[in-house]
Amino acid sequence: MKSQSLDPGPFGVMIHKEIADHIRSWRFSILIALIVLTFIAAMYVSLANIKSAIGNTKDPDHLFLYLKLLTTTDNSIPPFHVFLSFLAPLLGISLGFDAVNSEQNSGTLTRLMAQPIYRDNLLLAKFVSALVIVSGLFVALALLMIGGGLVLTGVRMEPQELLRILGFIVITIVYVAFWLSLSIVLSILFKQAATSALTAIGIWLFFTIFYQIVINLIVKSFLPDPAYLSQAEIISYNDLILNLQRIAPNQLYSDAVTTLLMPSVRSLGPVTMEQMAGAIPAPLPFKESVMIVWPQVSGLMASTAGCFAFAYYFFMRREIRS
Amino acid sequence: MKDPIIQLKGLTKQYGAVKAVDGLNLDINKGEIFGLLGPNGAGKTTTILMMLGLTDPTSGTAFVCGHNATSNPISVKKKVGYMPDNVGFYDNMTALENLVYIGRLNGVPENELKKRSAEVLEIVGLAADQHKKTSAFSRGMKQRLGLADVLIKNPEVIILDEPTLGIDPTGVRDFLALIKQLSRQQGLTVLLSSHHLHHVQQVCDRVGIFVKGQLLAQGDIGALSGQLFGADSHVTSIRVAQPVSQPWQQEPELQAWEAITQIRIHENELEFTSSRDVTAALVRFLVGKGYDVIGVNQKNYGLDDIYQKYFESNSTKNTSYEKSIS
Repeated sequence: MKSQSLDPGPFGVMIHKEIADHIRSWRFSILIALIVLTFIAAMYVSLANIKSAIGNTKDPDHLFLYLKLLTTTDNSIPPFHVFLSFLAPLLGISLGFDAVNSEQNSGTLTRLMAQPIYRDNLLLAKFVSALVIVSGLFVALALLMIGGGLVLTGVRMEPQELLRILGFIVITIVYVAFWLSLSIVLSILFKQAATSALTAIGIWLFFTIFYQIVINLIVKSFLPDPAYLSQAEIISYNDLILNLQRIAPNQLYSDAVTTLLMPSVRSLGPVTMEQMAGAIPAPLPFKESVMIVWPQVSGLMASTAGCFAFAYYFFMRREIRS
Repeated sequence: MKDPIIQLKGLTKQYGAVKAVDGLNLDINKGEIFGLLGPNGAGKTTTILMMLGLTDPTSGTAFVCGHNATSNPISVKKKVGYMPDNVGFYDNMTALENLVYIGRLNGVPENELKKRSAEVLEIVGLAADQHKKTSAFSRGMKQRLGLADVLIKNPEVIILDEPTLGIDPTGVRDFLALIKQLSRQQGLTVLLSSHHLHHVQQVCDRVGIFVKGQLLAQGDIGALSGQLFGADSHVTSIRVAQPVSQPWQQEPELQAWEAITQIRIHENELEFTSSRDVTAALVRFLVGKGYDVIGVNQKNYGLDDIYQKYFESNSTKNTSYEKSIS
């Protein structure tokens, strides 16, 4: 076992190969270009408006320059994190939709499975290699933004801001991971890469566009006239709608990210007048923001883990033939 | 003392109501080349997949190199090289890169990898094409690369699923010669499945005939014909100078031989069907009776006849056999 430090083992070899494949693929280059362009556009708009945003003393967050860089916009285009809430799924889907079925169709899966490697290592390698690349991309973008902000404005960065931006990056990666594992499951279920890609995109479209409409339709069908309801009842109905919406992963993501990037957000649901009484409109400490979004983060992680477990379940005992 | 390196006991695989493999018992000894012969859809590939733990048997066990393939597939796969019937490669990588990747997955040390891959590419005759992308490879080259893939891990057993499918006749001959040579030189055990009886006949020490999930017969070609044709396994036809009158007065005497089951007379040609080889005795007998023997022809049953015999009962039901024989 002396050579263990030198020998990466089959798992390391597979990750190495998968990462190399991703980097060399056109698909990934196009996606990177898309995300980098979005990032540049968002930064450009926010830099143009940063002065007024910082000068707006009515906003309790106005002193967080770097968070403002990420969230300010003049409404011509959405801010970066909103862009990401629908670009990140695309990234995850495109990295995973043909993970298993393309290997199966080209006959390499049988060849691979005839080697002394554990089956789950294949799934894990597909998943981890894509995540490594995505993490690298987002960390690089965040560092670029911070560095650019430092050079352009010369303003010192609060440790809290760094933590919040890192938190934002981590949540984004988890969000991509969810879509990645979902698309890997689909790539196991469907023999054709096109079918699995379409299904994944269908699920994504459903959650981003139709899900809210469906929820509204359903709730409206049994919601009584609000004029006859007490305040408590209105709140309970409101909670119901919010909770139903939170089944959608993009809702979880935007809740979590908004709270982290805007320190003054202190609740994600309706707040009563009694709760507001005596509250000072000031930014929350980092820890409190994390506490608010913790359910969202754990929800995202749980759905990622769930999808991955499904992938295992479908793949482990399955017959491999070309 | 023969020790079986592959032991299948009562191996069964059921897909719904269909039994793809039905209670297969098979022993393959170290160092031999075994041919699994059967029409398409006979369950050959399923059997092979079960030997590698790529699919679970419904019942029965497969022991390969002393390991249970179902519960311990990793140890089996360390010692067994498997070439699937439709071997595929990563098209965006060169032949060498594909090979090196498999070598790494098998834990070949990095400092030996280069030498080893150059060696196996030399053996299969792809050294000149090693930097070409595999997408540009012909079918025959892919098969060769598949063999290189199998060899780089230094296997004890090689399992080849339809290795001759889709290669031209010269390619087939070279490929089979290569397999035979490798098996003899390195003492490899080879299991190859095919529906091409001639290919199997060329290289295999032993053959198993596999139809509809059942192993109907196994053994070397001679034993197989004995097993199959039973009392009718040997045919000797003898030509004599003078025409034989019918009825032939020697016929009752010959009929009394317990080995001979049938005598057919056609002018000056006598055809004897017997359960064992009686050619020499027949010639001696005829010469002793004063016949001038001018030609002796001993007919051995080849795999063709064996195959045919098996499908006489099956051919009406099984149309895939027609395809497979072409």
